[in-house]
Amino acid sequence: MKRALVVLAAGLLAVLLIAAMLQLPAPAVDLPAAVGARLGESGVVHPVTAVLLNFRGYDTLLEIAVLLLALLGVLAAGGRETAAGGARAAPAALRMLARLAVPLMTVVAVYLLWAGALRPGGAFQAGAVLAAAAVLLHLVGLLPAWRSPAVPLRLALIAGFLVFLAVAAALLASGALLQYPPARAGALILLIEAALSVSLGLLLAGLLLFVSRGGVGGR
Amino acid sequence: MTSGLIFACAGAAVFALGVAGVMLIAHLLRRVLAFNLMGSGAFLVLVGLGQRAGVPDPVPQAMVLTGIVVAVAATALALALMRRLHAATGRAELPPAGDDD
Amino acid sequence: MAWLIVLPLGWASLAFLLGPGRGAVAAIIGLAAQLWLVADLAAAVSAAGARTHAVGGWGAPLGIDLAADGLSVVMLLLMQAVALPLAVYARAYFAPGADESRYFWPMTGFLVAAANALFLSADLFNLYVALELLGLAAVGLVAAGGGAPQLAAALRYLLATLVGSGAYLLGVAALYGTYGTVSIATLTPLLAAGQAPALVWIAGGAMLAGLAVKTALFPFHFWLPPAHGGAPAPVSALLSGLVVKASFYLILRLWLGPLGELAAAAPGAGWLLALLGSAAILWGSFQAIRAAHLKMLIAYSTVAQLGYLFLIFPLLAAPSAAQAGVMHVFAHGFAKAAMFAAAGALIRATGQDTVAGLAGLAERLPLTLFAFGLAGLTLMGLPPSAGFLAKWQLIEAALAQGYWFVAVVVLAGGLLAAFYVLRVLRQAFLSAPAAGALRPVPRTLEWTAFALAAASVLLGFRGVDLLALLAAGGAP
Repeated sequence: MKRALVVLAAGLLAVLLIAAMLQLPAPAVDLPAAVGARLGESGVVHPVTAVLLNFRGYDTLLEIAVLLLALLGVLAAGGRETAAGGARAAPAALRMLARLAVPLMTVVAVYLLWAGALRPGGAFQAGAVLAAAAVLLHLVGLLPAWRSPAVPLRLALIAGFLVFLAVAAALLASGALLQYPPARAGALILLIEAALSVSLGLLLAGLLLFVSRGGVGGR
Repeated sequence: MTSGLIFACAGAAVFALGVAGVMLIAHLLRRVLAFNLMGSGAFLVLVGLGQRAGVPDPVPQAMVLTGIVVAVAATALALALMRRLHAATGRAELPPAGDDD
Repeated sequence: MAWLIVLPLGWASLAFLLGPGRGAVAAIIGLAAQLWLVADLAAAVSAAGARTHAVGGWGAPLGIDLAADGLSVVMLLLMQAVALPLAVYARAYFAPGADESRYFWPMTGFLVAAANALFLSADLFNLYVALELLGLAAVGLVAAGGGAPQLAAALRYLLATLVGSGAYLLGVAALYGTYGTVSIATLTPLLAAGQAPALVWIAGGAMLAGLAVKTALFPFHFWLPPAHGGAPAPVSALLSGLVVKASFYLILRLWLGPLGELAAAAPGAGWLLALLGSAAILWGSFQAIRAAHLKMLIAYSTVAQLGYLFLIFPLLAAPSAAQAGVMHVFAHGFAKAAMFAAAGALIRATGQDTVAGLAGLAERLPLTLFAFGLAGLTLMGLPPSAGFLAKWQLIEAALAQGYWFVAVVVLAGGLLAAFYVLRVLRQAFLSAPAAGALRPVPRTLEWTAFALAAASVLLGFRGVDLLALLAAGGAP
């Protein structure tokens, strides 16, 4: 009974939404034009990166905080039996492939970071590839699961966010929050993105590695 | 009927599916997947409607990038909690509400 | 005003760096600084009216705007003023090395930053990110170091909060699609101008529904009692006193702002909210009267008290209705935080958490029970407390527009609150004390609980000033 009701309501919602979307007039505000008009002052060439790191950079700051918070939640719920080591190694061929793939992945990550200014790319994409490399190493048994983080790992995890926050605070002290001086905007954005890539890679990897209990088939 | 509008309509349908899933499914892993469907549906609506005139719009694309990261964070937390619950109780479902007073 | 966001993010990061369980002092210093900043902002807003801060210097709708008007400043004041004593309380509450406090300080820092960001933001998508930050922080705090029941409660809370923000996001997506912007300042005149397309109505409904789930409005309240009742006392205090108010603030902000025209055209929506609010008052109070565990009693009381907030929506034609809502948010924030703080001390002392186990504690923990009683005074709406002021204004607004049944609900709620508060006090004062030694309770716990409770009562005297602040900033 409840099932039927919910399904009916969901279907109704979908139908109403679609019907409403088909009759929309043209939007009143033309943001793509505004973005294009001021792209030159943003320090990067690609409009999405400009929006992400400059026009709406504050959203990005909060979003990194969200990721950090998720990791904190994962660590807090962890419990003392967070295992480490004891990885059951995968077949040698797989390990060999991983060893070959990871350096390549790192290079790709650096490229993605650099390319973000000109075409789709940037800190998040680079961080995701780095995290994938770490997870790959873990799955084949070359990287043990992580325990409660010690100071170096904690520092690395939070460094990206702290760099971003420090730049934001410095800019706030001399003007508006995250108001990059147009001449230095590109350099500042690259600095922030570089620090973020490393931290994000570790963060995303940590979301798995702090929870995992070993290696292949570890249960 | 531009491609943007088609994406948006698909997004609406996916969102509705996701909501129904979170409310009706009992198994936690599948509920988390349903939540991801909800999120993806909303993102499709955001990007699709923004591009319904055929011109790519960078602002919703950046917003969706942010949204994806937020959804990943929430999913990671949900999965970690689910794993802990499973380790503690042996079941991957929430106990029925109201049996804890 | 952006420092109010940057500063807590800073001390949260510092707390993380310092390691598990550390960071209390940084938090207390940070919160004190923030309180000073808010007082400064409040003075500026009272003198010169609402102010905005264009992040990145771009200005809406291209960039994100921060806006501080009377409503924002009042909420910020509540946040900082309650969080600071709770930080002092939490420092004394957690045993060193306890599992549940390993990441308490960084998570609390992010929670405070999220709330501040929420109160200051004037951009719908930015509000979504802040909402998620707040929600995940709350879930993390609930889940910390807990056993299976706490984990289940945290998961239930997480799923509910994610559905809520998902619905809100859908609304934002629809609004962006319709108007091409997510800036509140730009949207409000656009929505007020012409006939809003059907999609906007659906968007508004989705956003309100999502936020109602996050504010635990009946019948979406199912996640609140286990989460607030099962978490450690400082966490419950933060959640019940502050976090649920944030989503309510957003509902009010939307209702008075962009969705205002829609609300005016559909009075049924306001009455639906009021109906659900009345149901919340009755159901929550009923469950609180029946509850066997002290913290569950207080959690159900939260469900009931949140119902009052929704009674204001059909009455918003009279300005005293919005004022009543804000006053109630303030009063309940202090009172509920005080109640949970007192409960934490009582549970620490007796080693168990049932109401029956409080027998005769009045002789041995008089200050804590006095705090509980004072907080109860506010919840019951007795003069001179701030709760009384809130209820008075609500009844006034209701009677002025001829809706006497709303006034009846308010009075009935007060009576029901008296039942469950007096139930606890009776057990503590009149029953014979149980045998068995009490564990020592740090004086800090009792004094902070008392400070919060006293604030909730004394605020009644300064209520006029608060309302002046609300109006002075040009609140909508």
